[in-house]
Amino acid sequence: MSTAPDPGPVQPLIRCVGITKRFGSLVANDAVELTVLPGEIHALLGENGAGKSTLVKMLYGLMKPDAGHIEWKGRRVDLVNPEAARALGIGMVFQHFSLFDDLSVLENIALGTPGARADAALADRATRVARTYGLDLDLERPVWTLSAGERQRIEIARCLLQEPELIVLDEPTSVLTPQETETLFASLETLRARGAGLLFISHKLEEVRRLCSAATILRGGKVVAHADPRAETAASLARLMVGEGVSDVRAKAAVGSGPAFLVVDRLSVKPEISHGIPLREVSLTVRSGEVVAIAGVAGNGQSELFAALSGEGGMITAGTITLDGADVTRLAIGQRRRLGAAYVPEGRLGHATLPQRSLSDNITLSWHETENVGGWFLSLERLKQAAGAIIHRFDVRGPSTDPRAAQLSGGNLQKYIVGREIERKPRLIIVDQPTWGVDARAAALIRQTLVDIARDGAAVLVITQDLDEAFEISDRIAAICGGVLHTPVATASTTREAVGLKMTSTDRQAEVAA
Amino acid sequence: MIELIPLILTTIITAATPLVIAALGEHVVERSGVLNLGVEGMMIMGASLGFAGAVVLDSSLAGLVIGMAAGMAMAGVFALFALGLATNQVATGLAVTILGLGLAGLIGQSFVGMPRPPIGLISIPVLADIPVLGPALFRQDVVVYLSVVLVVGVAYVLRTTRAGLILRGVGESHGSAHALGLPVLKVRLMAVLFGGLCAGLAGAYLSLVYTRFWSPGMTAGRGWIALALVVFAAGQVWRLVAGAYLFGAIMIAQLHAQAGAIGIPSQLLSMLPYLMTIAALVVLSMAGRRGTGAAGSLGQPFVPDR
Repeated sequence: MSTAPDPGPVQPLIRCVGITKRFGSLVANDAVELTVLPGEIHALLGENGAGKSTLVKMLYGLMKPDAGHIEWKGRRVDLVNPEAARALGIGMVFQHFSLFDDLSVLENIALGTPGARADAALADRATRVARTYGLDLDLERPVWTLSAGERQRIEIARCLLQEPELIVLDEPTSVLTPQETETLFASLETLRARGAGLLFISHKLEEVRRLCSAATILRGGKVVAHADPRAETAASLARLMVGEGVSDVRAKAAVGSGPAFLVVDRLSVKPEISHGIPLREVSLTVRSGEVVAIAGVAGNGQSELFAALSGEGGMITAGTITLDGADVTRLAIGQRRRLGAAYVPEGRLGHATLPQRSLSDNITLSWHETENVGGWFLSLERLKQAAGAIIHRFDVRGPSTDPRAAQLSGGNLQKYIVGREIERKPRLIIVDQPTWGVDARAAALIRQTLVDIARDGAAVLVITQDLDEAFEISDRIAAICGGVLHTPVATASTTREAVGLKMTSTDRQAEVAA
Repeated sequence: MIELIPLILTTIITAATPLVIAALGEHVVERSGVLNLGVEGMMIMGASLGFAGAVVLDSSLAGLVIGMAAGMAMAGVFALFALGLATNQVATGLAVTILGLGLAGLIGQSFVGMPRPPIGLISIPVLADIPVLGPALFRQDVVVYLSVVLVVGVAYVLRTTRAGLILRGVGESHGSAHALGLPVLKVRLMAVLFGGLCAGLAGAYLSLVYTRFWSPGMTAGRGWIALALVVFAAGQVWRLVAGAYLFGAIMIAQLHAQAGAIGIPSQLLSMLPYLMTIAALVVLSMAGRRGTGAAGSLGQPFVPDR
């Protein structure tokens, strides 16, 4: 398992030899070796910060290695820019979509296709590729009107249009429903069968085990193992990535039947922005001591629901929200915090924190109404103390003792934000996408924390795109689609498929039939 | 009355042409995601150096070319800081305006009060013979015709060519553009220089054709009106041209009001372009977040991570 697989008689598509990349004192890639064969789906695994993105950027000519080189079909090549990579036959599907919101789908495809104009000829080619691989595209629509799944299809179609021989996919399934994931996997299998090589980056180890026939595992910038994922378990792969055992979330408390704390009754909300999703008669109860998860594909009303529940935005046209029996429908976020609520929004930088301010300064954002942060003037001493306590308790790692929020990695910042709310000892915490883009270890810690505070009697509402996460931590689970919230059901008595189906249906009655 | 129409049309066209050209340049700059508030400074440098050049070389055409070069040079200063060093674009643009106003006054000092002969007019055969409108619309100087070519050219390039698509893409999201390997800074540099060229030409037109003398501060806020026009146009070239002629007409009306020919305080008319821009912004904003038509990364400095 720790030796590189013998390339055998097959000529490798791409081979990285001793790739090293430094950023200041940080060695992001340390003598990395990676080989992808044609007709192979190769997994690249590692926690956030393990150096996957850096490596992939060098494969696509977006960065230059400080040492080592890349061989394409046995020949040493210098990938000076993405055009050079594309000219060889390397395609890339980015994790954070590299799309242009105001431009049409066709214009987006043209921008990623050398020498192309957004004309009828390109539309023909795009339609043909889309049909071959079962990607459904409406070429005229502007991108900002599309869902995450539709956006990803643009990325993939754009990549396939160049008939690449090696395709790099950076976390392609993180925003897809189970059904969309199946469609994607079918397309990838078609590609593989045609002899393309695929480099597949994912945190979802079960998917990797299903799809990939080889894996390279990075930890701290070094290759720690080459493995055959089909011969491993998800737990053994995770161990290789993290270096020590990742414990599953400990058994949830089976209480979950305290008094109702948050009650949402037939809430209808008109969104603030023109293309937002209106909420239609959302009803939901979260009891003290339970975790309720709302699962759904991004852009189906989650942001609007979060904004309505926190009091940050949206025009409530009908219905009520009560906290512990008090009607808070018209109250601002600070007043809701006084009643014991805490909120962790999806956007870590710019929403949950001010990116360019220190962690201690960022305390005041959610504490000013309910906690002691000083008298007439802020007590910097007090803020530093509070920040230090959170950093210590939640193992937040940064470059200094009190770094700016933007200096932390996604996982560390999320731990800090969740920690900041937990320190207030809330009776209700609502978390939007608790572990999006967070590495496995931090994600496990955050999930465990949420389960723990529920066991200690808090009501916990989690809005997530990650079905695995919803199933792992929740007592009850509800799907959201197109602004319609399905009735929550006990997590133990439902299946991923049943929830996945509801995630694509706005018909509340359908669940009765299903 | 009818015999006044050609005269009025001609003065409106002459007043509107520098607005069209300067705003068109800034439109391209803003489509590429850069906000250059230095239009006024680039314009006055074009007016001053263009006039000086024309006097020294005794050629108004040479003056126009020198004016373009002067505008581009100022744009180059802006690009050096705002693109090369990723400084704050608003502050840099304001600095370019202030620098330009001062520098132009210094350079133009010895040329104050010198006259220039009018620039030759070009008649378009047949069309110029149309009664009433013909002489007004089709007997113009070279810059007016050039402005038409520029408008059509810019609209065509932005809408249908790959270069135009890349420029819009860079402006909409420089992060995405960089990830696809598009040369963000190079595209922006070209756009900024084009904007400078246009502003310089507009300025030289003012001193060499419109007033035919140089005086310090003679652009008199036209650079700011051009910037307002770009906002008013909300990404549509046709609206930019319509707005420029409308604002040009208002400026002429304001001159008449100053002379007492129209019974409205001239100050009200001076305010009108800005008031209309604010009104247009309100209307556009009610159409939704995307209504104002500004490029997605407008004004954000870009630093590639290499």
